[in-house]
Amino acid sequence: MTATNAGRPARTPVRAGAAPSFGPGARASLGVIRRVIGAVGWYVQDLMGDTAYRRYLEHHRAHHGPEHPPLTERQFWRARMDDQDRNPGARCC
Amino acid sequence: MTSQPPQPILDAERGAALEPDSSLPPTAVPEADRARERRWTLPKILIWTAIALLGGIAWVMLALVRGETVNAIWFVFAAVCSYLIGYRFYSKVIQRYITRPDDRRATPAEVKADGKDFVPTDRRVLFGHHFAAIAGAGPLVGPVLAAQMGYLPGTVWIIVGVILAGAVQDYLVLFFSMRRGGRTIGQMARDELGKIGGTAAIIASLLIMLIIVAILALVVVNALGESPWGVFSVAMTIPIALFMGVYLRYLRPGRITEVSIIGFVLLMAAIIAGGWVAETPWGAEMFTLDRTAIAWGIIIYGFIAAVLPVWLLLAPRDYLSTFMKIGVIVMLAGAIVLVRPEIAVPAFSEFAGGELGPVFSGSLFPFLFVTIACGALSGFHALIASGTTPKLIEKERQTRFIGYGGMLMESFVAIMALVAALSLDRGIYFAMNASAAATGGTVEGAVAFVNSLGLAGVNLTPDVLTSTAAAVGEESIVSRTGGAPTLALGLANIMQQAFGGAAMAGFWYHFAIMFEALFILTAVDAGTRVARFMLQDSIGNVLPRFKDTAWRPGVWITTAIMVAGWGFILILGVTDPLGGINTFFPLFGIANQLLAVIALAVVLAIVAKRGRSYVKWLWIIAVPLAFAAVVTITASMFKIFSPVPQVGYWANHFAFRNALDAGETSFGTAGSVEAMEAVVRNTAVQGTLSIVFVTLAIIVLITSVRASIVAIRNGGGENTEDVPVASRRFAPAGLFATKAEKALEQEWAALPAGERPESVRH
Repeated sequence: MTATNAGRPARTPVRAGAAPSFGPGARASLGVIRRVIGAVGWYVQDLMGDTAYRRYLEHHRAHHGPEHPPLTERQFWRARMDDQDRNPGARCC
Repeated sequence: MTSQPPQPILDAERGAALEPDSSLPPTAVPEADRARERRWTLPKILIWTAIALLGGIAWVMLALVRGETVNAIWFVFAAVCSYLIGYRFYSKVIQRYITRPDDRRATPAEVKADGKDFVPTDRRVLFGHHFAAIAGAGPLVGPVLAAQMGYLPGTVWIIVGVILAGAVQDYLVLFFSMRRGGRTIGQMARDELGKIGGTAAIIASLLIMLIIVAILALVVVNALGESPWGVFSVAMTIPIALFMGVYLRYLRPGRITEVSIIGFVLLMAAIIAGGWVAETPWGAEMFTLDRTAIAWGIIIYGFIAAVLPVWLLLAPRDYLSTFMKIGVIVMLAGAIVLVRPEIAVPAFSEFAGGELGPVFSGSLFPFLFVTIACGALSGFHALIASGTTPKLIEKERQTRFIGYGGMLMESFVAIMALVAALSLDRGIYFAMNASAAATGGTVEGAVAFVNSLGLAGVNLTPDVLTSTAAAVGEESIVSRTGGAPTLALGLANIMQQAFGGAAMAGFWYHFAIMFEALFILTAVDAGTRVARFMLQDSIGNVLPRFKDTAWRPGVWITTAIMVAGWGFILILGVTDPLGGINTFFPLFGIANQLLAVIALAVVLAIVAKRGRSYVKWLWIIAVPLAFAAVVTITASMFKIFSPVPQVGYWANHFAFRNALDAGETSFGTAGSVEAMEAVVRNTAVQGTLSIVFVTLAIIVLITSVRASIVAIRNGGGENTEDVPVASRRFAPAGLFATKAEKALEQEWAALPAGERPESVRH
């Protein structure tokens, strides 16, 4: 899985033998549960913005050469907040 | 396109510039595949027939069957089936004939991708973002007040209004702003309507923002007044947000979900602790505050919050707010479906035919349509749909799901708020929502007043009011106007049946108050900042130094001006001898709908300029525009010219003035000369604001109609869209990918990693 896919729920089926004490039906439903949890986790993290730094790194890597090192995680979040200070976004009623 | 010059640049010509990159898979689903997927198959026909039938039955149950009660589940079915039909059919008509998206075109997020403001974002995530930005306390408050008229008028307006007006506005503003690199509604107004129309639109948005902040703050003040439990738990949100801010800044940057979960747990602890604190003598003494004190608290807080750095207070509060929004809505929907309360409120109440209802005054037309703004048609959304969201759209076709779909979701929130209010006993509902001027603020006064209303089947006793208040841990529930406490009580009633029983009623009540306050305080912070920003920009044209947002004195001065603006109206509302909410809330609705008129007027001009083939579909915009214009202008005229003092601001103004001149020392519900002077002052402010709003909106309307007529005559007009650039990525349009979209996604996924656009998702 490339970095571009990081943060997404894995689409790979649950490893065989992950739950040896259950029958095949239970194993399948366990896989479904895992996938649902993975999907919810991906959604919430993307929605809340946890993945923003990773996105920035991907963008940076694609657009800049090694002579421009990317911001560190701490610098990135500071810059992001300072930017919101300059460009406030409205929230509706 | 061979007739007379000057010819507008039409889509067909511009499309020629979009030569796709032959080394990449297609960036749009080919028309042949789309046509095949459009074809009706038997399962599709069966599903849509079933949805239509279920929706039809639900509407019959609501509108025609007159039993003793009606089950809340019919509201849910009527709403959801109507939304599905509106989304599947009507929004597709708009897409086909008005927006005509082209997925071969790159969106601003793709063209300008800077990893910061312009970021192609997964459509489902962006839907959540957009929803969290548009939905707040508004759809929770308006429908509660409108329940005064009975359940049917509000239900019909929320559902029909959103399909034909509200969602149309949101979708179109989002789409056209996206085609213009994310330009704001004010900038688009200037581009399309010229200097006069554009300036009027910008002034109107600034004033409207102030009014909206003031009235929302008034809702919070009314919810927290004389409520130590509420004051304690809402006040605790400040240290919680500060802690979250510091955590994210210094301890673990970027762990937003983690800190939001911690914040949420602390918030729940604050609610529970609030119950204990309010029980103790020192807690009750310390946190029982009168409304004026709370209003001053919010004004001071508003100033400090708007000058503090974003990371410290606003951002963490915003994370909490987003977290709560999604959670609360899922929970509320689940509980209503689970509990299915019976609703005893009549379809049309005793007040539907008159104009003297105790919750808000004025006749059903036009005042119902301004009382319920958010949830049916909300002009404020035009500011959001033309701000952040268009810069994050990945593919053009996704605007329908995000713009139209997002607004349908907000409408559903409004329906649930309405159901929660309707599930309350009507006697309690009116005792809570009649102003203190009518009830005297006492249990006895409220009982006497409500029983004098002559409501069918209502016989309120003092015992009911005191026991209900005690059950939710409040001193009193009499005249807790503003909608928030009513919603909280309704929600507590429903939730305790689903989880926790009567022992949990107090927790659920304060949980509801807490999230409403959280949404509103976030809107107050953000609104003050945005308004300050607009003011800095305007003053900056004369005194350039003010444009520098890092210049602290400039920030403080402009913040103080804006806070003084909404704070002034807030204090007037809190001290209003006539009750506050019922006189000020119509201003909120009128302001919001006038902004919708402005947004739709701008969109009308844009579409008229697109060319001949659009003219016969202009009604899609003209109908909601005409309706909103008629509603708001009529409502403003009532407020300015009505001779009935309860309705007309000036009629009231002169009635009190004459009484003062005649040397009287009490008049109507105002018991002293001071109170009478307050009424004279408040009505003058309200009346003046009404005149200013309606004048600005009429200017915008006229300039837009003129621009549209010119465009129609010339067969089109100037194209202000950004130059098309060929897209180099693909993503599905709707919530679920179709077969053809999945096939394309797989083609894209099969590309070697180096050729794939960054962060492509499937």
